[in-house]
Amino acid sequence: MGSFIANTDRQQQEMLTAAGYDNFEDLFAHIPDVVKLGRELEIDRGLSEMEVCRKIESLSEKNIVFRHIFRGAGAYDHYIPSIVKEVVSKEEFVTAYTPYQAEVSQGNLQSIFEYQTMMCELTGMDVSNASVYDGATAAAESVFMCKDRKRKSVVISGAVNPAVIDVIRTYCSGRETDINVVPAKNGLTDADAVCAALNSATACLIVQQPNFFGNIEDADRFCRAAHEAGAKFVMSVDPIAMAVLKTPGEYGADIAVGEGQSLGMPLGFGGPYLGFMTTTQKMMRQLPGRIVGQTEDSEGNVCYVLTLQAREQHIRREKASSNICSNEALCALTATVYLSAMGPEGLRQAAELSVNKAHYLQKELEKAGFAPAYPDAEFFKEFVTESPVPPERLMAELEKHGILGGLPLEDGKILWCATEKNTREDIDDLVTLAGEVIC
Amino acid sequence: MKTIFERSVEKRKLSLLPECDVPAVDLEAADRETPLDLPEVSENDISRHFSEMAKSTHGVNDGFYPLGSCTMKYNPKVNDEAASLQGFTNIHPLQPDHTVQGCIGLMKEAEKTLCEITGMDRMTFQPAAGAHGEFTGLLLIKAYHRSRNDLKRNKIIVPDSAHGTNPASAVMAGYEVINIPSKEDGCVDLDALRNVAGDDTAGLMLTNPNTVGLFDKNILEITDIVHKAGGLCYYDGANLNAVIGIVRPGDMGFDCMHINLHKTFSTPHGGGGPGAGPVGCKEFLADFLPGMLPAGEDQLYLKKPQNSIGMMKAYNGNFLILVRAYAYIIMLGREGIPEIAKNAVLNANYLRVMLSGKYVIPYKETCMHEFVMSLEHEKASMDVTAMDVAKALLDYGIHPPTMYFPLIVHEALMVEPTETESKEALDSLIKAFTEIYDKAVEDPEYIKNAPHNTIIERPDEVSAARHPKLRYIPEDN
Repeated sequence: MGSFIANTDRQQQEMLTAAGYDNFEDLFAHIPDVVKLGRELEIDRGLSEMEVCRKIESLSEKNIVFRHIFRGAGAYDHYIPSIVKEVVSKEEFVTAYTPYQAEVSQGNLQSIFEYQTMMCELTGMDVSNASVYDGATAAAESVFMCKDRKRKSVVISGAVNPAVIDVIRTYCSGRETDINVVPAKNGLTDADAVCAALNSATACLIVQQPNFFGNIEDADRFCRAAHEAGAKFVMSVDPIAMAVLKTPGEYGADIAVGEGQSLGMPLGFGGPYLGFMTTTQKMMRQLPGRIVGQTEDSEGNVCYVLTLQAREQHIRREKASSNICSNEALCALTATVYLSAMGPEGLRQAAELSVNKAHYLQKELEKAGFAPAYPDAEFFKEFVTESPVPPERLMAELEKHGILGGLPLEDGKILWCATEKNTREDIDDLVTLAGEVIC
Repeated sequence: MKTIFERSVEKRKLSLLPECDVPAVDLEAADRETPLDLPEVSENDISRHFSEMAKSTHGVNDGFYPLGSCTMKYNPKVNDEAASLQGFTNIHPLQPDHTVQGCIGLMKEAEKTLCEITGMDRMTFQPAAGAHGEFTGLLLIKAYHRSRNDLKRNKIIVPDSAHGTNPASAVMAGYEVINIPSKEDGCVDLDALRNVAGDDTAGLMLTNPNTVGLFDKNILEITDIVHKAGGLCYYDGANLNAVIGIVRPGDMGFDCMHINLHKTFSTPHGGGGPGAGPVGCKEFLADFLPGMLPAGEDQLYLKKPQNSIGMMKAYNGNFLILVRAYAYIIMLGREGIPEIAKNAVLNANYLRVMLSGKYVIPYKETCMHEFVMSLEHEKASMDVTAMDVAKALLDYGIHPPTMYFPLIVHEALMVEPTETESKEALDSLIKAFTEIYDKAVEDPEYIKNAPHNTIIERPDEVSAARHPKLRYIPEDN
């Protein structure tokens, strides 16, 4: 069996004796027998490290790793610079916990401060928290930031990622919240229907940019309409797209949220990912979770601490803005290192390459018989096509060639994605195969 | 330390992405108006910057970290190796089931093993942290009462010694929190519980051992009182390390619970996360579990229960954290798992007894994996507080215990050594505590001004909150 216990049997006995116990039974004697398990656990015997590696490797080999990924829908295969993995594997960062003791956590705290700065920069907002679990829970937490006694309903564009809508519904299911999902129209938020749905009970309007179908929304109108109704405007955004698209801050949004996985995290079958949340100065104290602030020590040195803790569960208990305690700190660090490595130019390049590749893929697929589903909308790195064949048949064929095709949607359409990782050659191969399936 | 922004030099960059090999597209959509002010640095700059930051971050690898309630045990490297296998890292969460048989297989095995360890029947891996698990568990309880059309149950009972997440989670799930006072020993006051348990009780949230580190012997009576009133019992798994392999929450009368994989199952804390907080439940609640659960025998697949509360998080939870925990579990196995609790409890009691010469430990009986000291006496006699002693420990390269928690003990320091610390490490903590006490008697000001050897002195937290500076702003602005 494996063990990570340092003390030898002899040391254990010495310590038992020193503490006044004869043996381990003695140490647990105060627990009533009736609740004790009283038998061995029915699990396998322990293994050596070598056996563990072999067993887990063989499990991982039962998965199919696709060489070329053309699927996104909220989780993206962007390039991860080598420096990212190296930095975030440093044991100090990996094995620390929440920086409660500022004097021995300055590196951790400063990295969060840098993260907060970068997320404000990306989204054009004033204030960021130190992360939440993922983009979907970030959207759900934003609802709680906006609700008050009078405004208890939420209007969500039907062009928001359905997984995000599901999480918002679940988060809100415990507390009185009326959730109005306005069906999308032609791959975009239905502007008229959304505006009509806003009223004096609306806490916030949530729109995604680019939306679930990859299309770019004209958010100006939504922002105005939400504010005219006295509601808050929440934008869920793709952080890489923020290098080129108008930001939530520029639109006048009250809260920006999103999934940060694209910023250096592997796909990892869905996690850990990174939920980011930024907001205005005015709504700063409604933010959930940790926030790091700059201050000085008693000698006047610049330093960093966890701050505005009067919002948090360990101080406020049932009056806290959220129950969140552990967040996704190491993922926030990952994003910080990623954004440092990319820099303004690199991030813009990643965004533009993704856009260019996606448009090339779309044009080639169209030539092969996959008509665009929403030809009037402008898209970013994802788009929807009709499928002249059952999507499953196409996906099965692509799979044989190590390609993960777009995501089949419920209505028989396909949601495709391209990033800077997809080369022209890969795209041509995919399109050739797709053409063959049609014939 | 300079920030990464202060290291920036215009036009400095890395060479990461290739030239574009397809036609360029000019989007008509509105462009970003403000220039994107990210740092412009070299790879060398990044490497040195974050190395410098790592050096001023204390992790478990840097030294003893007896932070009560957080189970800062050693994080085996084999966990990280397992989680970095390409067969896991490069898997898209929306791949079809037949291409992720390994992931689903691991979930299935982990579920089976963790259910045996906890005495639960089914488990969801969607929750990303302990608090997220609590929220999930309370929504399960809510779904259960709703399914029985028992709609008057709107209260969750929480002892005043509970972790702060408990009442906060209850509120998120739409419950009113009924705080009940604990007895002097931190255990549940049965009469107080009986007084509040009734037909409006949705459930009770409890951790056992409790937050002062004592095992509540009346546990079966406690869960019975709640059940008889028609409520359900939620186990806060934060303290599972104390009883793992010895006592199972499922056998103490709990109906659902979370496990903190980053505590009990050694996946690292990551500077505050990511963790994972899978939620287990008894069969009668399984149909309400959120997310996709593993199913099938030869061909495995993911399936959402019919009456699921929904989705707590997109996709399948913090899967790579589960891989780490699974590596740890199969390495320890049935002989190794109970050794965790035995040695965690031994280490705590050894410290408790050895420190009780100088310090006041309000609870004299055998503790579990952690214990609480009170510095009330030192505060009264020398004006040296729990915070002062904690800060003085920093000068010994030791991370202080949890301060001022639980709230029911004045000037509390909560010490959790974990099973992976050696006798030598424990002895060094005892020595440090002893020297600090002696120094405090001789020169209290020295301790009140600690730490003396860290890169900063005590920070001004009051002005940080009063004048929040939450992002870097260039000086010329």
